[in-house]
Amino acid sequence: MAKRVLLIEDEPNIIEAISFILSRDGWTVHAHENGETAMAKVNAFPPDLIILDVMLPGRSGFDILRDLRAQAATAATPVMMLTARGQAKDRELAKRLGANHFMIKPFSNADVRDHVRALMEA
Amino acid sequence: MDRKIRQADLAAAVEISPSYLNLIEHNRRRIAGKLLASIAVALETTPEQLARGADSGLLDQMRAAAAGMSQTVEIARAEELAGRYPGWSGLIAAQAHRLSALEERVQVMADRMTYDPELAGSLLEVISAVTAIRSAASILVGGETLDADWQGRFHRNIYDDSIRLAASSEALIRYLDAPEADSPAHFAPMDEVEAYLSAQGFHLSALEAGGDAAALVTEAGLRSAAAQSLLEAYFKTYLADVAAMPLTAFAAAAKAGGYDPVALAAQFGVDVAAVLRRFASLPAGANHPPMGLAVADASGALLLLKTVDGFAMQRTGAGCPLWPIYAAFARQGQPLRVEATMPGTNGQRFLCYAVATQAGAARFDAPQVLRATMLVMSDPPEGASQKVEVGVACRICPRVDCAARREPSAIM
Repeated sequence: MAKRVLLIEDEPNIIEAISFILSRDGWTVHAHENGETAMAKVNAFPPDLIILDVMLPGRSGFDILRDLRAQAATAATPVMMLTARGQAKDRELAKRLGANHFMIKPFSNADVRDHVRALMEA
Repeated sequence: MDRKIRQADLAAAVEISPSYLNLIEHNRRRIAGKLLASIAVALETTPEQLARGADSGLLDQMRAAAAGMSQTVEIARAEELAGRYPGWSGLIAAQAHRLSALEERVQVMADRMTYDPELAGSLLEVISAVTAIRSAASILVGGETLDADWQGRFHRNIYDDSIRLAASSEALIRYLDAPEADSPAHFAPMDEVEAYLSAQGFHLSALEAGGDAAALVTEAGLRSAAAQSLLEAYFKTYLADVAAMPLTAFAAAAKAGGYDPVALAAQFGVDVAAVLRRFASLPAGANHPPMGLAVADASGALLLLKTVDGFAMQRTGAGCPLWPIYAAFARQGQPLRVEATMPGTNGQRFLCYAVATQAGAARFDAPQVLRATMLVMSDPPEGASQKVEVGVACRICPRVDCAARREPSAIM
């Protein structure tokens, strides 16, 4: 059975591109665009890996990451953060909150795919 | 000594040697008493003017310039430098002022880059569009077989995102290229306000005469909305002070009562802080003593500053913790009266009145917000006030045994 990736991102065309790339790589990709309801989606669709944008409507990716690490079911789920904010303090915050990888926009498709593979193999 | 009198003639007139006079001229010998009086008579000036020497405002600025740098300089000889080379000394002061203004400008622009939501939003929009275009374009040229439907979708996505990118780029350029008058402030808002108030001598005759505050804000021509907002708030307080203490009556009462803020507060039914503010708004040239004013919040930040020669205070950087304005926070509502002396001012005395009061209306279960107001009056009459030796900033303060010292002095 294909591994499941949940992509929490609010840009439809980025969702489409990443979904396409990962689907071609054998993943089952679900997308969710709203930060406020993201945790409900996570619990309804327990993923093997989460790709999480920082700037989301309703709730920031950092807050969602904090909740993910606080609940047992998702405490160890690999999380790759996507953001246009590449400041050192954002990277440090993501690391401190338990992100497994931090990717800065604009990224290459190959980087996304390679890091998803690496996180799942880790 | 600007008067055209030969050194030898002056030395002869006051019965000292030319070499000793030379030392005096270069501030290497302090004089007082009879000799000071004799030289003053010969130079047709007053002993006070002569004793004060170089322009104290210039000296303050030179010392502040030294405080802002890490190099050790001969601060104790600032007066000698100013006396011998006033032009070069003025240049040092002007360059320090310019440097300070540029540093503030850089800070404001850095803050703008970091915190301006409009700029951050525009940049995020650009980056998001670029990310989507890059991903879609990579898929199209990536060598994978795509059916016509997927090709069409990614072509359409690239087109849509290119339109979005163009629009957000144009918005960003418009924002960054905005005429200065329409753009956010390049200088700290309070600097703009203080520059305007300083040009008016902190006395606003239009408001004294019942003028329209809103019109005056517009007329002031401040560049940033933040500065305009601060000026509006200042005018609101100013108008309230005018209403409570009309100029003619207040000025007469102040003169008659020796500028006693507590007595005036009782006479006009206002708090002491209001009287201190009103002192600072008295018109220049009306035989009132020179008066400076500072307002601080509990963080120590100076929110408003009207300087007076000899008592150097800067709004940027840490000042002297012994200034009475800070002591006032420990005694809320209790006015302080302190006679302060600054180092390097030939013992010039300053009478400081300070009081801390609640800012805004009192509320249950809310943090207390205090503002301290301090008036600084130069050359007050001898009184029974508490005497305190204060400084400008630790780096340029020569006071050795100061319990309030934060860092070693550069001049000791």
